[in-house]
Amino acid sequence: MYRYDEFDERFVRERVAQFRDQVARRLDGSITEDEFKPLRLKNGVYLQLHAYMLRIAIPYGTLSSKQLRQLALIGERYDRGYGHFTTRQNLQFNWPKLRDVPEILDLLADVEMHCIQTSGNCIRNVTADHFAGVAQDEIEDPRPTAELIRQWSSLHPEFDYLPRKFKIAVTGAEHDRAVIKAHDIGLRLRRHPDTHEVSYEVSVGGGLGRTPMIGKVVRDYLPKDDLLAFLEAIMRVYNLEGRRDNKYKARVKILVHEIGVEEFRRRVEEEFARLDGPSVNADPAEVARIAAYFKAPDYEALPAISRVLEATKAANPAFARWVEVNTIPHKAPGYAALTISLKPVGEAPGDATSDQMRLVADLAEQYSQAEIRVTHAQNLVLPYVRQRDLFAIWQRLGEAGLASANIGLITDIISCPGLDYCALATARSIPIAQAIQHRFADDNRQKAIGELNIKISGCINACGHHHVGHIGILGLEKRGIESYQITLGGDATENAAIGEILGPGLAAEDVPDAIERIVNVYLSERAEGESFIENVRRIGLAPFKAAFQEVAHAVA
Amino acid sequence: MPLLDRNGTKVDAWTRSEGSGIDNLSQALVPWEALTEALQHKTRDQRIGVVIPNNIRIAELKLVLRQLSLIAVSFPAYSDGRGFSLAKLIRNHGFTGTLRASGPLIADQFAYALACGFDEIELPEASAARQPVEQWLKAVGQISHGYQRGYGDSHNILDQRRTARAAGRLAAS
Repeated sequence: MYRYDEFDERFVRERVAQFRDQVARRLDGSITEDEFKPLRLKNGVYLQLHAYMLRIAIPYGTLSSKQLRQLALIGERYDRGYGHFTTRQNLQFNWPKLRDVPEILDLLADVEMHCIQTSGNCIRNVTADHFAGVAQDEIEDPRPTAELIRQWSSLHPEFDYLPRKFKIAVTGAEHDRAVIKAHDIGLRLRRHPDTHEVSYEVSVGGGLGRTPMIGKVVRDYLPKDDLLAFLEAIMRVYNLEGRRDNKYKARVKILVHEIGVEEFRRRVEEEFARLDGPSVNADPAEVARIAAYFKAPDYEALPAISRVLEATKAANPAFARWVEVNTIPHKAPGYAALTISLKPVGEAPGDATSDQMRLVADLAEQYSQAEIRVTHAQNLVLPYVRQRDLFAIWQRLGEAGLASANIGLITDIISCPGLDYCALATARSIPIAQAIQHRFADDNRQKAIGELNIKISGCINACGHHHVGHIGILGLEKRGIESYQITLGGDATENAAIGEILGPGLAAEDVPDAIERIVNVYLSERAEGESFIENVRRIGLAPFKAAFQEVAHAVA
Repeated sequence: MPLLDRNGTKVDAWTRSEGSGIDNLSQALVPWEALTEALQHKTRDQRIGVVIPNNIRIAELKLVLRQLSLIAVSFPAYSDGRGFSLAKLIRNHGFTGTLRASGPLIADQFAYALACGFDEIELPEASAARQPVEQWLKAVGQISHGYQRGYGDSHNILDQRRTARAAGRLAAS
C-alpha cells in the first residue's frame, strides 16, 4: 500500500500544527465561531448530539495493521473503546474531547493518517472498490488513481470553499462495488474498444440526500494522463456556477439537472480545452511512482482449490457456510478475499471495539500482508488470504464475535448512526437494523432468501444510502413520532437505480413485519435462481405494494 | 478599508468612485456597471481598476481585460469560494495587472488567494480588527507546499518529486 514520502509526511504534520493554531485563534477571538466552523469541519471535527465527533479519513478504505492498531489505541484512550466504520470507508469516534483532538491528530500522523477533508464544503476523502487489486473482474487497480486524487484534492487552493460537499469514487472493475453512480464524480477505469488503452469513464452529478440522482456520463473515454486537468475543469464549472442561494440545491447534481447534462458537458469540455493541461496534470512518472506502491504481493504458487480448505469445509458445515458467504474468488489461485462482518445480530452496524480492531490487525499481519480494507457496507476485508488459512482465521474471529456469515444477506444492513448519535437525524436507525436482524437471525432462512441489501438512514441526508438499497428505510419525524418510509428496487451497483416508495410511513415496531411481507412476496414469486432485486425488476412493484398495504392498513 | 499583501499592510493607491466620474483621479476604481463609461472618459495617463461581483462571466470580462490595471473581485462572504475560481480564470486569460480580493476573508484563506492569482486582500474594518496582519503572514506559510501544479508554486510537491527523480536519473547515468 501507499507509504508517505518526506513531502507527504511534512504536509500532514504542518496540517496538524495549522489546526492547533486555528483552535488557538478561535479561543482568543481572532476568528468567530462561524468562521471557525468550516475550519474544524475540514479537519473532521463535528459537534454532534452528545459530544464532538471525530471523523478519520481512511483513503479508499485501505488500512495497514499498524494503522488499525493505532485506531484501536485512540478508541481506548480517547473514546469509549470502540469506533464506527462509515459508508464512506472512514472511521468515526463519537466521544472524543475537543481538547484531545490535536493529540489524536499527532497519533494519526505517526501512522500516516489524518482527518483532512472528512467534512465541510470541499472535496471529501476519496473512496474506491474495497476489492481493488484482488477482484477477478478488475481491469485496473483503482487505488493509484484514488491516491493521486487524495493528494491533488488536499487543501486545494481553488476548491476548498465549494457550494457544498463533493464526493469522488473510483472503480476499476466491471461490477461496481464503489457506488460510483451515487457520487458527485464517479470514475470507472475501462479499456477503449479500439485502442485498448485504459481510460476513465467520467460520471458527474450522482448523489443521494433529499434529491437522489444517478450520475450521468460526461466523458466516455478520458485518457489517464488528462485526469487532473479534467477534474479541475469540472470543479471550476461547479465552483463558479453551482447554486449558493439554497444549501439544499447546491450539490453539483442540481446544476447538472438544471442546465442539463449536455450543457454541463459542453461547459466542462470548453474549460478543459482552454486550460493548460500539461501544467496541471501529474506527469506519468509520478503516476508510476504511486502505482508501484500498489503492486500485487508475491503470491505463493498454489493450486486453484485448496485441499485443506475442502477437507475442513466438509467436516464443519458452519465454517463451510461462512466461506461460501464471506469470501470471493481471488485473482491469485489458492487465495481468497475475505470479508469480516461487522454486522453480528443485535450490534450497531459498523461498530468495532478496540479489541476487535486489534484482532483483525493481528490476523491481517499473520495472514493477509498486514493489509485491511474497509467497505462502504461497513465491513472489513482481508484481501490476500490463502484458502488453507481460512479455518484458523474463522476460529479466531468466532472467539471475538466476528464470524457472522452474512455478507450481502438480509442481516448485513447498512445503517447510519441515526438519532442515537447524530445531530441531523430525525429518527433512530440502529434499533431498526437490530430489530430486522433479530427477525431474520436464522442462518438457514437468510441463506434461503439470498442476496438482499437493506439500507437505513435516520434522516433525509441519506448517509445510510437507503435510496440504493434493495429495500431502503428512511426514518422521519412526523408530529413528534418516528415514522419509517420503505422504498423498494434501489440498486447500488452498475445497474444503479433509486428505489420507489411503497406507501405511507410505518411506526418503528411495524417495520420488521413489513420487511417480512415484502420478503415473502419474493419467496413465493421468484423464478429458479432469481435474486431478490432481479425478482423486483421482473414482477414490478405492484405485488409488493399490495403486501405492504396490508401492514399499513392493519396499523392505520 | 485595510489592505495587505504578502509583505504586510499597504497603503491603497486607488480611489473608489461611485459612478463613472473619474475626473482628476490618477488611479480610479469604478464599479462594474460604470466601467464602459469610465473607459470612454479615460485619459492617457489615467489608470482604471474595476470592482466586479463574483458571478460575472469571464466571456464579458475578457473583452476589457487589457484596459484594466486592477481588478477587485468581491467576496460577499468568506465561505463563498467563487472568487478563487474567478481569479484563476482571469489569470488564465492573461491578465497581468493587480488582482485584489475584496471582502471578509479569513487569514486561513490568504495562501489560497495568493495561489489562485490574487496579489492583495482588502478587508472590512471589523475583520481586520480581529485578525492582525501578523496572523495573516503566519497563516500564509503554515503549509509550506501543496500538491497542486499550476497554482503559482514552482516548488509544489509534485514538481519537487519530479526534480528529485531527474536528479536521481542524472546521478545514475
